[in-house]
Amino acid sequence: MSKFADWLNDRFPAREMMREHMTEYYAPKNFNILYYTGSLLLFMFFLQLISGFLLMAHYVPTSQDAFNSVQGIMYDTKWGWLIRYMHVDGVSLIFVLLYLHIGRGMLYGSYRRPRELLWIIGYVIYILMMGEAFFGYILPFGNLSYWAGQVITSILHAIPFIGPGLTTLARGGPGIGTATLERFLALHTVLWFLMLVAMILMHILALHQVGSNNPDGIEIKALKGPDGHPLDGIPFHPYYTVKDIFGVAVWLTIFAAIIFYAPTMHGVFLERTTFFRANPMVGLPDVTPPWYLAPYYAMLRAVPNKYWGIGLMALAIVLPFFLPWLDRNPVHSSRYRPVYRAMIILMAVVFFTLAWVGEQPPLPKYFFIERLGAAIYIGFYVLLPIVSSIEPTRKVPERVQA
Amino acid sequence: MMRKKGVPVLVGALLSLGVTVAHAGSLISPPGSFSKSTVIAGAKLFADHCSACHAVSNLRYNRLAIDLGMSKAEIKKDIMLPSGANYLNGMKPAMSQAEAKKWFGIPPPNLSHIVRAEGEPWVYTYLTSFYWDPTRPSGWNNRVFPEVAMPNVLASWGGIYTKSGKQLKAGSESPAAYHRQVAAIVAFLRYASDPSIFAREALGPYVLGALVLLSLVSYLLKKAYWKDIDDRRDAEGHINTSAMPKNKTKPDDT
Ligand code: HEC
Ligand code: HEM
Repeated sequence: MSKFADWLNDRFPAREMMREHMTEYYAPKNFNILYYTGSLLLFMFFLQLISGFLLMAHYVPTSQDAFNSVQGIMYDTKWGWLIRYMHVDGVSLIFVLLYLHIGRGMLYGSYRRPRELLWIIGYVIYILMMGEAFFGYILPFGNLSYWAGQVITSILHAIPFIGPGLTTLARGGPGIGTATLERFLALHTVLWFLMLVAMILMHILALHQVGSNNPDGIEIKALKGPDGHPLDGIPFHPYYTVKDIFGVAVWLTIFAAIIFYAPTMHGVFLERTTFFRANPMVGLPDVTPPWYLAPYYAMLRAVPNKYWGIGLMALAIVLPFFLPWLDRNPVHSSRYRPVYRAMIILMAVVFFTLAWVGEQPPLPKYFFIERLGAAIYIGFYVLLPIVSSIEPTRKVPERVQA
Repeated sequence: MMRKKGVPVLVGALLSLGVTVAHAGSLISPPGSFSKSTVIAGAKLFADHCSACHAVSNLRYNRLAIDLGMSKAEIKKDIMLPSGANYLNGMKPAMSQAEAKKWFGIPPPNLSHIVRAEGEPWVYTYLTSFYWDPTRPSGWNNRVFPEVAMPNVLASWGGIYTKSGKQLKAGSESPAAYHRQVAAIVAFLRYASDPSIFAREALGPYVLGALVLLSLVSYLLKKAYWKDIDDRRDAEGHINTSAMPKNKTKPDDT
C-alpha cells in the first residue's frame, strides 16, 4: 500500500493535495447550517451531470421529436421518470441552495476583503447557472419552452447595432426550431457546462487561498496557536467531511420526498404549460419564467418602456458584483450590525415577493408591487455605502462564538 | 391515498342539491379517492365513452398491466376497443383524425397530458359543465369551454340541462353515481398524465426510510468524530484546537 502510495506521489501530488485541501485546510469551527450549502451545491451539480447524461441518451433535438422524446422518457423508459424528475427538480433545488448560499454570504459579509474575488467568481457561477437553466428549459419543447425561447431571444434584439444579428444567431434562424434546439443542446451540455465546471474549480481554489469566513465574520487566521494553526480552526478533514456527509444525507431525504411525492411541486418546479407541445399558432396568455428567474422578470415589467426595462433588469443582475466595495463598515457579520441585518432581511423578502409577482399575469394591480420591489432592490445598493459608514455596530468578540 | 386537495364540503353540498353543473368561474375537484381500482374503473369507462374520438397516445396498453395490475385478457376485452389497437402501442382512437376533423371541425386532442396541463378540477368541471344550446351545430355548449366542438357524450347518464340549470331530461344514473363515474374517468386521465405515480408511491416509503436511516448513521458518525472538539471546550466555550491530536502529530510531516 505505502509502496504504491509512494510510487503514485512521486508522479502525482495526491498526498500534497489531500493535505492542502483537506487535512491541513483549516476551517472555522463555528459553521452553522448555512455552511452546508456549498458542499450540497457541489453534490447537486454532480447529480445533474449524471441525470443529464442519462437524459441525453434519449433526447432528440428536433422540433418534430423533442417533445415526444422527453415524453418517451417519462412513459416508456425504465426509471425514466426518476431521471427526469431528478434533473428537473434538481434545478429548482440548486437555485434554492444558491439563494441560501448567496444570502449567507451577504449575512456574514463573506464578500468583503479578502474574499472579493471568491464572491465575484461565485456570482459569475450564478449568472452562468441562469443561462444553463434557460437553455435546459427550452429543450423539452413544451409550449412554454417555445414562447420563453421566443421572448428571451427577443430581449437580445434590444442590444444596439448587433441585437438583431445576435437574435438570429441565438435562434439559428428567424424563428425557434430545430436549429435552436441543436445549438441550445450544445450550449447546455458542452460550453456552458464546461464553463461552470471551470468556474466551480476556481471558486474552490480561491476559497482555499483566503480561507472560509464564518457567522461571526472574524478572521480566524488572525489568532494562531504555537503550532501555527488558527486557534479557532479545525482541519476540514475529517471534521467537516463527516459533517457534510450528514448534510448530504438529510438533503437527499428532502430531495427524494419531492421526487416521490410532489415531483411538479404543484406546478412550481415543473409548470403546467410545459405539458402542451410547442405550437407557434397557440400563444400563451402570459409567458412567465420559472420561479428562480421571476424576480428579474418582474423588474423588467416594472418599467413600461422595453429598453429601460431591460436596462433595469441588467442593472439588478450586475449590482451584486460591486457589493465588496459598496459596503464600507469595518464590521463584516450582520450579527453585529442590526441595521445591516434588517436591510438584508428586507432584501430577501423583496426578492421572493418579486419572484411571486413575476409569476403573475401582467395586470395593473401588480405594477405597484413590481415598482416598489424594484425600487427597494436598487435602493439597497445605492444606500449601502452611506448606511454602512454611519450605522451603529455592536462590539465584535475577539474569538468566534460557540 | 386520499386526495389531498379539494373541496369535499362544497362537492357534497352540490351533490345533495342535485346540481350537476359548475357555476362559471369556479372549478370543482372530483369527489372520491384516487386509487388503482378507481383508475381501472375509469380506464374502462374511458374506453367505452371517449376512445371513439380521443387518443391517449403516450400511454401504451401494456402499461395498464404493469402499473395497475390488469390482466392482458382484461385489457384486450375492456380497453382495446378500437379496431387495430396494438397491445404494445399507445391508446388509439376508433375514429381517424381526418374523419373526426370532418365531423367536428377540429380533431379531438390526445388526452395524455390533459390533467397535468389543466389540472383535475378543470377536467372534472369541464366534463360536468355541458348544457343544451340549440344554436350550436352539435346542440351542445360548455360553461368552462364556450363553443366547444365536443358533444356531451355522457348526457345519457347525467341528464340534459339548460344553461340556467333547468333539467330537460333526467339521466339514467343518480347524480351521485354519475359524478363518481366522471371522477373515475378523471382519475384515469390523472394516471395517464403521470403513469409513474403508483410506482413512485409504492417505492417512496422504502427510499425515504433508507435515507432517514443513512441520515441517522451519518449523524452518529459526525458526533463520534466531533467528540474530540466538544471535549475540549473551556469555560467560555472556546476550544483549544492546538491541543487536538490531529494537529499535534503528523507522522510523515516535514
Ligand atoms: C364524439 C367525439 C368525442 C368523444 C366521444 C369525446 N370527445 Fe372529448 N373532445 C372532442 C372534440 C372534437 C374536442 C375538441 C373540442 C374543441 O377544441 O372545441 C374534445 C375536447 C375534449 C377535452 C378538452 C381538451 C382540451 O384541449 O382542452 C377534454 C378534456 C375531453 N374532450 C375529454 C373527453 C372525455 C373524458 C371523453 C369521454 C367521456 C370525451 N372527451 C369524449 C370529441 C370527443
Ligand atoms: C454551483 C455553484 C456553487 C458551488 C458548487 C459553490 C461551492 C462552494 C463551496 C464548497 C464553498 C465552501 C463551503 C461553504 O462555505 O458553504 C463555498 C463558499 C463560498 N461561496 Fe460558493 N458555490 C457556488 C456558488 C456561489 C455563488 C453563486 C456565490 C456568490 C454570489 C458564492 C459565494 C461564496 C462565498 C462568498 C463563499 C465563502 C463563504 C464563507 O466563507 O462565509 N458561491 N462555495
